[in-house]
Amino acid sequence: MNKLIITVVGKDTVGIIARVCTYLADKQVNILDISQTIVQDYFNMMMIVDMTNAVRPFEELSRDLGKIGEEIGVMVKCQREEIFTSMHRI
Amino acid sequence: MINIYEVNETNTMIEHENLDVRTITLGISLLSCVSSDLESLKKNIYEKITSVARNLVATGKAIENDFGIPIVNKRISVTPIALVGASACHCPEDFAQIAGVLDKAAKEVGVNFIGGYSALVGKGMTAAEKNLILSIPEAMAKTERVCSSVNVGSTKTGLNMDAVYLMGQVVKQTATATKESGSLGCAKLVVFCNAPDDNPFMAGAFHGVTEADAIINVGVSGPGVVKVALEKARGKNFEVLCETIKKTAFKITRVGQLVAQEASRRLNIPFGIIDLSLAPTPAVGDSVAEILQEIGLERVGAPGTTAALAMLNDQVKKGGVMASSYVGGLSGAFIPVSEDQGMIDAVNAGALTLEKLEAMTCVCSVGLDMIAVPGDTKETTIAGIIADEAAIGMINQKTTAVRIIPVIGKGVGEVVEFGGLLGYAPIMPVNPFSCEKFVTRGGRIPAPIHSFKN
Repeated sequence: MNKLIITVVGKDTVGIIARVCTYLADKQVNILDISQTIVQDYFNMMMIVDMTNAVRPFEELSRDLGKIGEEIGVMVKCQREEIFTSMHRI
Repeated sequence: MINIYEVNETNTMIEHENLDVRTITLGISLLSCVSSDLESLKKNIYEKITSVARNLVATGKAIENDFGIPIVNKRISVTPIALVGASACHCPEDFAQIAGVLDKAAKEVGVNFIGGYSALVGKGMTAAEKNLILSIPEAMAKTERVCSSVNVGSTKTGLNMDAVYLMGQVVKQTATATKESGSLGCAKLVVFCNAPDDNPFMAGAFHGVTEADAIINVGVSGPGVVKVALEKARGKNFEVLCETIKKTAFKITRVGQLVAQEASRRLNIPFGIIDLSLAPTPAVGDSVAEILQEIGLERVGAPGTTAALAMLNDQVKKGGVMASSYVGGLSGAFIPVSEDQGMIDAVNAGALTLEKLEAMTCVCSVGLDMIAVPGDTKETTIAGIIADEAAIGMINQKTTAVRIIPVIGKGVGEVVEFGGLLGYAPIMPVNPFSCEKFVTRGGRIPAPIHSFKN
């Protein structure tokens, strides 16, 4: 499995998850887990996705998701899972 | 599975607390380049560096994008040039030409520093090593990215006092040769005792002869992360304090370990070591001094500073060694003056003196670092400062170093600006009494009694 963590942080607005999910579905990226919370009035979402069957490379997904974020006024960040597992799992 | 709180913690460290990987340093052995013909040697060196390091910067950037963590510097260290150039270089000017080649190669592959314009003269000096040392002022003045280091002693060999005195003169000459730029040449020149072979941090990095043909060493950092973690432990006892530092150091180092393994895999070059040093930058919130203040000092330099630093350094190591199988390099808290806003503030407030800094270097790596002193400081006084620091390293079996900048044309109370990661520094007063008769005696200080372990 080739897991990525996508985080979305910003002002809450209609359709954030829809936009991101539609894009991921289009690129054959499978969503494994979604969680969200509101931190200090800010929308805060994390997705764990699997890009094993993705039709586009990581760099492109990362760039496109960043652009989608700009369009809806939130920050979308795409990182490989290992940085989190390294730090938080022994 | 990773949860949202863990993800947020990591990303907060990166986005708000200046967590970064400070450097990926590619060590390259130049021993295979040796030739008795200077032109062939120069060609061999240029070709080897530009071919081995061809993908270093691009790979570093790709890793940054994949993990979302900044990798601030990509650098190169090479075999001490005094060894590589010994058969081809017959005068200081010949060596300076090699510095020019290193500079050109560094620019070609896009690294911001290349270390290893070095000589290891802990016990004695060959003719080639002396020529290299004499060429340092010219080399530092004519190049932009080359860093130089000279090892003048070790616990096993004692101190080479001829080299210590010579380095006092060379530091002063380097300051004069680069006086137009605030004596910047001295910021790229380190004098060591017990220099490690695998240090990834500049200006003291070189690729030791005990190392493989090429190796990846990584320096992690994160003073800001430790400081923020300690804010939550305010007023708590030392047990809680130490536990907090260890946990934080573990997390920081794991990121470094991941980046090192990735870089090693992608470049197909073996992984060497992780250097655990807490390395500050002039940015606000990226300061070792601020950690010491958070621990409970009004200013760095106040009584208690040495104890606080000893504790901090030890806990960082204890947390860090759990996170990586291969720890090496300098691995301690850096206390450079010009590169740490909290240190600069402490000097300006009159809290921190050269003598207190010297005491602090007894318990942490690495030494008197990025300290600006008046331009009229005597060569023998600089040699005395180097000797004191080297003696601390020799007796305590640790690495110590001196990177001191006699700023030509400036005196106490003035400020010198270096720019970028090197920051700016207030000129500090130096004890005015002479040590000339001591440092000019000639010869060696013998190895200490506890070095005889066989």
